[in-house]
Amino acid sequence: MRIRALIKRIALQLFRDKRTLALLFVAPLLILTLMHFLFTSNEVDSMLGVEGVSNEMLEQWKSNGLDVVTFPINSDVKKSILEHDLDGYLVVKGPTMTLTLENTDPSRSKGLRAKVQQALVGNLNGENSSEIKTNFVYGSEETTFFDVLSPILVGFFVFFFVFLISGIGLLRERMTGTLDRLLSTPIQRWEIVLGYLIGYGLFAIIQTIIVVTYSVNVLDMILVGSFWHVLVVNVLIALVALSLGILLSSFASSEFQMIQFIPLVIVPQVFFTGIIPVDGMPEWLQALSRLMPISYGSDALKSIMYKGYGLSDVISSLMVLIGFAILFILLNIVALKKHRKN
Amino acid sequence: MPILHVDNVSKSYGKHQILTNVNLTAETGQILGLIGPSGSGKTTLIKLIMGMDVPTTGVVEVLSKKVPNLDILRQIGYMAQSDALYQDLTGLENLSFFASMFLMNKSERKDRIAYVTRIVQLENAIQMKVSTYSGGMKRRLSLAIALIQNPEILILDEPTVGIDPELRKSIWQELSRLKTEEHKTIVVTTHVMDEADKCDMLTMIREGKVITTGTPHALKVEYEVSNLEEVFLKAEGVHRAH
Repeated sequence: MRIRALIKRIALQLFRDKRTLALLFVAPLLILTLMHFLFTSNEVDSMLGVEGVSNEMLEQWKSNGLDVVTFPINSDVKKSILEHDLDGYLVVKGPTMTLTLENTDPSRSKGLRAKVQQALVGNLNGENSSEIKTNFVYGSEETTFFDVLSPILVGFFVFFFVFLISGIGLLRERMTGTLDRLLSTPIQRWEIVLGYLIGYGLFAIIQTIIVVTYSVNVLDMILVGSFWHVLVVNVLIALVALSLGILLSSFASSEFQMIQFIPLVIVPQVFFTGIIPVDGMPEWLQALSRLMPISYGSDALKSIMYKGYGLSDVISSLMVLIGFAILFILLNIVALKKHRKN
Repeated sequence: MPILHVDNVSKSYGKHQILTNVNLTAETGQILGLIGPSGSGKTTLIKLIMGMDVPTTGVVEVLSKKVPNLDILRQIGYMAQSDALYQDLTGLENLSFFASMFLMNKSERKDRIAYVTRIVQLENAIQMKVSTYSGGMKRRLSLAIALIQNPEILILDEPTVGIDPELRKSIWQELSRLKTEEHKTIVVTTHVMDEADKCDMLTMIREGKVITTGTPHALKVEYEVSNLEEVFLKAEGVHRAH
């Protein structure tokens, strides 16, 4: 009953605060859209090096908008790519074709390969059934940057905005004295924490639904696994963000100090989301990454959205997230003792 | 049997001593005034009475029960020094929210809200957002919230600070009505001496120590002066001499 009143009040306050609502729901979409275009823009023509290719085919590719440079037979492929700043190199030896892609920019490599294939199919009228063998100078076939990045981004934005808004929500309650006023009623401390979690949690769920739906349907973000599984993981991420946000807000005495937690708490987490491969880090950094809630969240999201895993495959990550949430919730209940001893 | 009993209470935060051996008693149906300059420890004392904080030594008893005690909070209506209100909600939503904290059912809640709204004369503004209220309206809404659960004890921390004389008068009229008609016990802190005259009992505090206590009349007689301001000054002098 008290919890319900608390939830209702939080919902009412948020609904009246249109700017904050917009921050919660629209800002992630704007940033995701921006990043989508940043990482998929490949308007610059690709440069392709070739050897053993007929003149007809060369003409064909040129008319398809490819810059083609011809090399003598049996050149050193990798060296040629690096020296001439090529995006790819095609070797035709009888029926076998080998395409080597430079692949610093996965989306560009993907585009180049599609163009080469397109031209070949058009030229050979399907009579040639041999596949093009593809090698990569950097990375591998699976790497498409936005595809890898996008599950991480979804999790990160949920974490970031929920952290900020719930933290400042409780902070404002402390600063205006309404928290003390609230604690002068017989409400239990755990009821306040739970009310806050559910109240803001509802908005976090709506946010997740909007962000994931938009990313998948509008931005064509890759989603191999189930939408519902993504939702479950994001709700857990939001729960950790919520409980961490309201916990840290008790160590801030103004909104400005709350903002100061962003470089301290949020930014380092970004580095451990998998954008930079954790395996290559020194051991102490790897240990540090295990302390970052978001690394578990983005791991689970990547597995579901990109690799098509189910919830049972990422259960250990989910358990760690739940563990973090429970820890922060308990600390919150203790932290409220600062305001009322029982 | 006193309804409120503060027995030899001291409170310190680290090395900083806020209250020293404070004794205080209030009987049912009394207005008890806590008089003292700002920084004298009044608000800390109130926090201890509410059970928001615990004394370093000594005991606080409310309604014969030792605080802190969550159930006792149901019997205490509290009005803080600053208006602790949800600005983006309406007056009605604020009242309704705090009513829910006392687990009132719907009809009970409706009756109490209507009643307290009428008492503080906010009937016309109750649907408006608190952010549009004047300072006086906010104070009145705070008082209404303190009354919402029909508590036996009212604790008001500087209820009239920063409001105009007319409103101050009407709040004091309301307090004496609550005392005589509803037999509420009221603890009020103030540093305005003419308000102190309206209390039944006074306890004067300075630097965390009780310097004198008694009815306004008795104090004036004891210190052979005509107003409470002089009582405070004289009592302070006597206290220093000790």
